[in-house]
Amino acid sequence: MPENSTYIARSSAIAARALAGEMMVMNPADSTFFTLNEVATAIFQAADGRTPLREIVRGRICEQFDVDPEQAQADAERFVTELSGHGILLVSNQPLTSETPQ
Amino acid sequence: MSLMSEIGQKAFNLGVPLAVHMDVTYRCNERCVHCYLDHDDHGEMTTVEIKDVLDQLAEAGVFFITFSGGEVFMRRDFLEIVAYARRLMFNVKIKTNAVMIREKEARRIRELGVDTIQISVYSHRPEVHDAITKLPRSFERTVKSIRFLREQGLRVTIANVLMTVNSADHAGVQKLAAELGVHYTLDPTITPMMDGDTSVLALRIPGEELPEIFHNPALVENQEEFCAPPKPPTADDLEGYSCSAGHSFCYISPYGDVFPCVQFPLPTGNVRQQKFLDIWNFSPQMNEVRSIQAKDLSVCSSCTHVGTCTRCPGLAYMEGSMRGPSSTDCEKSFYRTGVPTANMLKQGLTKPRTMTGNNMPLVQIRPVAVPA
Repeated sequence: MPENSTYIARSSAIAARALAGEMMVMNPADSTFFTLNEVATAIFQAADGRTPLREIVRGRICEQFDVDPEQAQADAERFVTELSGHGILLVSNQPLTSETPQ
Repeated sequence: MSLMSEIGQKAFNLGVPLAVHMDVTYRCNERCVHCYLDHDDHGEMTTVEIKDVLDQLAEAGVFFITFSGGEVFMRRDFLEIVAYARRLMFNVKIKTNAVMIREKEARRIRELGVDTIQISVYSHRPEVHDAITKLPRSFERTVKSIRFLREQGLRVTIANVLMTVNSADHAGVQKLAAELGVHYTLDPTITPMMDGDTSVLALRIPGEELPEIFHNPALVENQEEFCAPPKPPTADDLEGYSCSAGHSFCYISPYGDVFPCVQFPLPTGNVRQQKFLDIWNFSPQMNEVRSIQAKDLSVCSSCTHVGTCTRCPGLAYMEGSMRGPSSTDCEKSFYRTGVPTANMLKQGLTKPRTMTGNNMPLVQIRPVAVPA
């Protein structure tokens, strides 16, 4: 999937809350529980389904954490792949609508 | 230490209310013989008020919320409340008797991403269950609802409160849980009624029968370790705290009263009059609860069980002092290990005094602030 057209959104199935700067995330469907470090938390919080991943990395991660853009992009893609495998993030090459429970 | 335990410890150390138990109503469609609640409505929080409290809890860092009652489905807006909580990304657990859950409600609960539904089942024998709930056909309806929930792939736990009238039925309920594909949990705790009436304590399983439960590997995991004589307390044990009540957990009643725990009837404030975080951070009562270490306990600090006892500060408070012993837990520690507690030795007892009947002055959770 082309990097500049990857969109990510948080799944409506999950529960999440920040604790001292780190995000706790739980997927009730399979009881998986994660804590995300500060960088991963920033990506997770920016996963609105409308902002491309590359823009999240360049606009937020690199500026906020002073990291190399290429390395940050590679790390972000690995992180997104892992969390989407657990059903926590939804990934698409089209903008996604918010999955907030209605 | 598991990741979940690490998070729990971190929240405890930081004083973040990681988990909240909220009763949304005390009304109920059952009239269980052991229930401690007054089922009249003394002015429950409205939908708007509860949503406002949920906003505040999310802001305070609450991650786990348990909705209970009374019977939660007695509120017509209950699923609206759950939907709101899920939009705020809480991990939601529901405690219910499930009698009012049909396919439609089960489907909606699944859509909303509820974590677990805990359902009370007292016996595998319909006549015993119905005699306890005093609601005809409640067993049949509850079991049917559990099947609806399981068809939706939801995680269900059967909670089996054990008392004198169903003490022989735990194996049957455990078998029923296995047949239904749900978890099973057992609880032998019976608490006094809200108005202080302790007559329901007569339903408690006599202490002499507790060893049979504690030494039953089908009911207790790591049974050998659980029943082992206590090791001498360490310095860390004496620096330790009883539980998470007031540290990373609290209880909110249908009337907005905030307590350290559902089993700890010490009023600390009301969310109709104050912001939740003001109560959590600045209530003198909440701060007193969280200041008490094992070394501060009047009798228990010298007890050999102090490092392993399940001492409940709320039950101790109901007996007269949050720094005193909880006789119920003394009883459990003794019958679990066979080793007398400091509380027993102080009273010259060779076995715990039976904690039943109307012979103890007890306090219970009551509506503290009722709107005019």
